[in-house]
Amino acid sequence: MSETTTDLTLFEQLGGEAAVDAAVDAFYRKVLSDYRINRFFDGADMDTLAAKQKAFLTMAFGGPNNYSGKDMRDAHAKFVKMGLDDSHFDAVVEKLAETLIELGVSQELIAQVGAIAETTRADILGK
Amino acid sequence: MARIKFKDQTVIAENNETVLQSLLRSNIQVPYGCQQGVCQSCLMRSLDNTPPSSSQTGLKETQQKQNYFLPCICLPENDMTVALPNAEKTWLEAEVIEKKALSINVILLKIKSKEPLTFFAGQFVNLRNNDVIRSYSIANTPNLSHELAFHIRILPDGKFSRFVADDLEIGMPLSFSHAQGSCHYLEGKSEQPLLLIGTGTGLAPLYGILKDALLTHKHQGEIHLFHGSRDESGLYLEEKLTALTQNYPNFHYTPCLSGEVNNEKYTKGRANEIALKQFPKLKDWCVYLCGQPEMVLQTKRATYLLGASLKDIYIDAFSS
Ligand SMILES: Cc1cc2nc3c(=O)[nH]c(=O)nc-3n(C[C@H](O)[C@H](O)[C@H](O)COP(=O)(O)OP(=O)(O)OC[C@H]3O[C@@H](n4cnc5c(N)ncnc54)[C@H](O)[C@@H]3O)c2cc1C
Ligand code: HEM
Repeated sequence: MSETTTDLTLFEQLGGEAAVDAAVDAFYRKVLSDYRINRFFDGADMDTLAAKQKAFLTMAFGGPNNYSGKDMRDAHAKFVKMGLDDSHFDAVVEKLAETLIELGVSQELIAQVGAIAETTRADILGK
Repeated sequence: MARIKFKDQTVIAENNETVLQSLLRSNIQVPYGCQQGVCQSCLMRSLDNTPPSSSQTGLKETQQKQNYFLPCICLPENDMTVALPNAEKTWLEAEVIEKKALSINVILLKIKSKEPLTFFAGQFVNLRNNDVIRSYSIANTPNLSHELAFHIRILPDGKFSRFVADDLEIGMPLSFSHAQGSCHYLEGKSEQPLLLIGTGTGLAPLYGILKDALLTHKHQGEIHLFHGSRDESGLYLEEKLTALTQNYPNFHYTPCLSGEVNNEKYTKGRANEIALKQFPKLKDWCVYLCGQPEMVLQTKRATYLLGASLKDIYIDAFSS
């Protein structure tokens, strides 16, 4: 029955690159507005950070990316030194879920995005 | 098969080969990163044909109009002459045609290019005096006589600005670069509200953008300009701007003074703070921020958090 949907990857079901573009603006705003995590995002150039958020979302949406676990470890190592822990990780995943709800994405797909994010937890937190 | 011309080399892109792949295959060194159109580190500009729009995803609209594209996701449809951003280094020649004081420390400088020019009001060019090169924003709109106008703030020990004040005279030659930057008016969104915030000579690009919007493109949405200065003399276009508000009901001008205020026509405080107090919801607005770098970067973040989309925030930080 649902052949057409199951043939599509998660990334495609979410709407591909256009969905990432739609999500990045709202997601990044949420992250910068959340006092629990925004200190990690201070200082850096906003356009650069937004481009990296796009990379983040593409990855979380199961889209094409070239990041290895080690890349993720290296990219976040300086934040682990600043005290990055599970609570911050959970907050980011929460912001991601809120963004997807606002974009009208189904609970089922949101759960899949959450599961992908979860696979990166150890690397992000340098465990 | 398309021919890709880069500097003095030409390579032929094979079928299903991106512009980046063709260049790298031919041992032409250009910067690149993700190779999937995300990181934008390979950004290039086509100097002739319009690049395929799929190679412009994620770029600002102003960049798209100027034929910027991402070679890593560009399967060329036509021959293209490509260049790295800002790599079109040639200097153009102009003649000084006007120089007058706009206030005690701001000079209006007008130059006339010896050859035809393409630019948007609000972009900037580099001006050169021997080895001193400085950027200045274009305060006028494109015109048939190829003239460029600048508002130059004279700094006490400023190398270039003192040269303008003390040495430059009408009739003298001046070298300048092609216009650069994405801080300019965008056609096609005539109803969008515009927020323009500038400090000091940050008014120069805003004035160009404003005239482009009102006079050239008959912008219909509300336009709010906040100009900030420490003292009254810094509000150097007050008369002209006030006159514009009388002819264009959708244009609003708020002169702000961070120093002492002795006249009720001025609002006391910093231009960016006053503007955001008045407009705390900026969803769907287009924002232009020009002048002092700290003000610009801080306000960029603030306007984004108030709802403006990042692609709708254009800045010119006058960093020296
Ligand atoms: C994209 C862009 C657009 C610009 N557009 C304009 C414009 O339209 N109009 C304009 O007037 N300028 C503009 N500027 C700034 C301009 O490029 C020069 O930096 C400025 O004119 C000073 O150059 P100068 O050679 O006179 O001074 P410099 O010799 O470079 O500096 C002299 C001294 O003044 C100090 N100084 C430098 N800038 C300032 C400042 N803003 N306030 C106080 N002290 C300072 C320096 O630290 C130094 O000690 C722009 C800059 C950029 C990057
Ligand atoms: C949920 C799992 C996460 C994933 C999949 C992820 C993924 C990414 C990716 C792909 C990048 C870009 C790396 C680069 O190209 O340099 C990045 C950068 C970044 N991440 Fe994460 N991230 C996650 C969690 C977090 C958390 C919890 C924080 C902090 C609260 C965080 C803060 C940052 C910051 C600040 C950057 C920018 C780094 C820089 O500018 O160098 N990330 N992340």
